[in-house]
Amino acid sequence: MSDGKVKAKINDLVIRFANVNGTGSASANFLFTKAIFRMGVPVSPKNIFPSNIQGAPTWYEVRVSEKGYLGRRDGIDFMVAMNPQSMKQDVAAVKTGGYIIYDSTKILHDEFIRDDVNYLGIPIMEMCNKEFSDPRQRQLFKNVVYVGALSALLGIEFDAIEKLVSEQFAGKEKLIAPNVKALRLGSDYAKENFKFKLNIRIERRDLVGDSIMIEGNAACGLGAVYAGATVAAWYPITPSTSVVEAFHSYCDEYRVDKETGKKNFAIVQAEDELSAIGMVIGANWNGARSFTATSGPGVSLMSEFLGLAYYAEVPTVLIDVQRTGPSTGLPTRSQQSDIISAAYASHGDTKHVLLFPSTPTECFNMTVDAFDLAEELQTPVIVMSDLDLGMNEHMTAPLTWDDKRKYKRGKVLTAEQLDKIERYGRFLDVDKDGITYRTLPGTHPTKGAFLTRGTSSDEYAGYTEEPEPYVRNMDRLIRKFNTAKNRVPGPEFLQKKNNSDYAVIFFGTSTPPVLEALDMLKEKGIVLDAMRILSFPFNKAIEDFISSHEKVMLVEQNRDAQMRSLLMIEAGIEPGKILSVLSYDGTPVTADNIFKQINAHLAAKVKTKKTN
Amino acid sequence: MTYIRPKFRHPELPENKIGHSISYYEGVLSTLCAGCGHDSISAAIMQACFESNIEPYRLAKMSGIGCSSKAPNYFLGKSHGFNSVHGRMPSVTTGANLGNRDLIYIGVSGDGDSASIGMGQFVHVVRRNLNMVYIVMNNGCYGLTKGQDSATADIGSISKAGSENHFHPIDLVSLALELGAPFVAQSFSGDKTQLVPLIKAAMKHTGFAFINVISPCVTFNNNVGSTKSYDYVREHIDATGTVDFVPPAKEITAEYEEGTVANVTMHDGSLLHLHKLAKGWDPFDRVSAINAVHNALLKGEILTGLLYINEGSTDLHHLLGTTDTPLNAVPQEKLCPGSEMLKKINAEQV
Ligand SMILES: Cc1ncc(C[n+]2csc(CCOP(=O)(O)OP(=O)(O)O)c2C)c(N)n1
Ligand code: SF4
Repeated sequence: MSDGKVKAKINDLVIRFANVNGTGSASANFLFTKAIFRMGVPVSPKNIFPSNIQGAPTWYEVRVSEKGYLGRRDGIDFMVAMNPQSMKQDVAAVKTGGYIIYDSTKILHDEFIRDDVNYLGIPIMEMCNKEFSDPRQRQLFKNVVYVGALSALLGIEFDAIEKLVSEQFAGKEKLIAPNVKALRLGSDYAKENFKFKLNIRIERRDLVGDSIMIEGNAACGLGAVYAGATVAAWYPITPSTSVVEAFHSYCDEYRVDKETGKKNFAIVQAEDELSAIGMVIGANWNGARSFTATSGPGVSLMSEFLGLAYYAEVPTVLIDVQRTGPSTGLPTRSQQSDIISAAYASHGDTKHVLLFPSTPTECFNMTVDAFDLAEELQTPVIVMSDLDLGMNEHMTAPLTWDDKRKYKRGKVLTAEQLDKIERYGRFLDVDKDGITYRTLPGTHPTKGAFLTRGTSSDEYAGYTEEPEPYVRNMDRLIRKFNTAKNRVPGPEFLQKKNNSDYAVIFFGTSTPPVLEALDMLKEKGIVLDAMRILSFPFNKAIEDFISSHEKVMLVEQNRDAQMRSLLMIEAGIEPGKILSVLSYDGTPVTADNIFKQINAHLAAKVKTKKTN
Repeated sequence: MTYIRPKFRHPELPENKIGHSISYYEGVLSTLCAGCGHDSISAAIMQACFESNIEPYRLAKMSGIGCSSKAPNYFLGKSHGFNSVHGRMPSVTTGANLGNRDLIYIGVSGDGDSASIGMGQFVHVVRRNLNMVYIVMNNGCYGLTKGQDSATADIGSISKAGSENHFHPIDLVSLALELGAPFVAQSFSGDKTQLVPLIKAAMKHTGFAFINVISPCVTFNNNVGSTKSYDYVREHIDATGTVDFVPPAKEITAEYEEGTVANVTMHDGSLLHLHKLAKGWDPFDRVSAINAVHNALLKGEILTGLLYINEGSTDLHHLLGTTDTPLNAVPQEKLCPGSEMLKKINAEQV
């Protein structure tokens, strides 16, 4: 153990909580995270949970980073090992010199003893049994006790945690006192029994600015409220369920007419995903903004309908919170592996607009944008979130709204406009941008009505099996897709452009660890150009960036390098030009992993240059 | 094949109260087989809309896939329509209705569309009591894919190819009753006098109105041995009674004798007269209606007419508590909580 002479690392640690699912650890662990955030120190928690409701192991990993790195990094400094079932692997996961908190009510078995780590035994069960009579409380407060102990050990301000507890139980005041008591039990025990200094400490800083902490899914749900969505239809699936749940609770708060008590929204839990997307298409056809949220298996079921929405040109918004496939895969783990299936969902020549958020703030903004884009382009728009982004709290910039912003409803003709038109044609490309004018049912007594359908139509929405109008229509849809290239958010460039021959490309939740990996490279004197993709279709800036580099290294969290394929197919990039940096074990990718793979690519490059 | 509709129209076609003649309710010329029952149902829908003084543009025609689902193209050309995917008309209609509650929704489906691929959606749209008219053009076979048996084909029924159906049929009427649909009717495409008032009443009804119409497929299921052929249906039909639908005009009720006639007052004050004929049949009692339908089935008869009506039915919007303003017309000011509120929300996340 450290004797206090070793200089402690300040605000740089990875701590993992190993718990049993269903024992109420989530709120205690979040308390720990939030207290650090309140001390102005960047922090990023990740739930690693099983596809089980109760009893199975569940982990919660918290990264604390003075430098503001919010992705994962390898190496666990601290383990709170509360689950006997996973004890062996939990003990093994700790770095040499690291710490393990365990419940010393029972003696630690020999097989869990390592001599290169520090054990901090606290008789948690014994303390709880003594202090609390209610069995549920005994169980729940075990978690609060170790949070109290951690506060003393790491130097987390007790006041900050205490304040959080009273906020958490506002309205249920009776619960505040026993929680604070449990915190104090842990804290006092640690102070009395561990009279040495740890070599890691938390210290107050002013590094989080006006950041907030929010889950991506909540931000998507809120985005749908701000975007004016009135109809949501969905079918439960992890990890997307909380998107519509958040939408629902925000609607209950902001969308109920105070005078009449009636709701300016309708939410239907559908019988399946086919029905959910059908409802969304029906509502949007009628001009009500509507959306659904799902994950991979749901996207598969929705595919036929997505093809209809593409071909019949009905705006449709879908939030795909990706999880690990194929099939049921690892249903509660994260991946970026719906890229191809979402981009080309459905049979025939079909393609959809995709948006790739990296933060909850972007989840909010991109959800709002998705509604505008879907209506402007009259096509499905899919927001490609994932479990990591959706179901974890993230430190993110505050959400903003410009009150001058007006919803872009796209080309919808009013009755007055129809009056002025001699002959309305639903699929006439009047503006030559591929986007035609739609009319909503019930607009005009005699003009503008047409039959929406998935079969081939001419410019006047008449059924046709003739080759020419079919081809004309298909070509127009491509024209529209090209128009979309300049409407969707373009890429973001990091570091100097055209500085290096090799560049890094990434998107979505790989962003925080990629940024850290780039810094790690910088420390070694390697500065690489980097670009973040925010959307599909790919615009010219993406193609230009790639062609201006000898090779690009594309970071993605799936086995088959799906984004690489999409770039090859849609942007005509040569296969050899893109080197993959892949990670697909279901856990969010770490900075070290990315750093290593990039290094390997760079080393291979140096080698080939030498042999040349 | 191209069809050219004759331009000539009788110059003095009678007009309805809103000044439209029946031709105002036409769609494009049908491409279904000559004599297809579905065309007769289209004609009945046109007649019902004409007689009900409906502005076509206030009505939305919804359908799935199949010959039957093509029908919306052939009536009410001035209405918007949505020909969706196979079996999924109910969900699209649900969304459409949630988006704009002010239109009249007529959904048209086939027995393949509703009783096989779309069974789940059918069941759930009944359960949700969506305010719509749901017409199944039931021919006991797949027309568009050329004559396969459907799930409503009777056991022992012989297909055109000569094979016998071994499976128990799904009776959509019994199912709708069982699921609690508040308006359930059955009719025959060849019986326009019965079908037209049923459609009129269904359009006036609040909540889900289901009409199963036996509609023989002349090409694939009108052969000897088929229980959905014209001849078979004509021989085995048994009406519960007749129905007529009367626009708001109270005095007419006096023409009917009490006891044999049940009067149903619809939400807008219009009246539905049910002339009761069949014994043991009570159109206000779901259980007795279920029994009557079962008894008829046991006898190999097809009971037609308005089988059940629940006058006090409420629809999905009522259950969800949605605003009276159609959701597609609620202005942005009412939908977007604005920047100040977002600042407050941010403050709750630190
Ligand atoms: C997903 C899917 N599967 C199969 C089909 C092929 N299909 C088209 S119509 C039809 C059956 C239609 O039968 P029914 O609903 O009874 O209507 P009918 O043609 O008899 O009026 C089938 C199977 C399809 N269009 N979509
Ligand atoms: S095949 Fe049968 S159902 Fe289809 S149009 Fe012809 S007669 Fe009607």
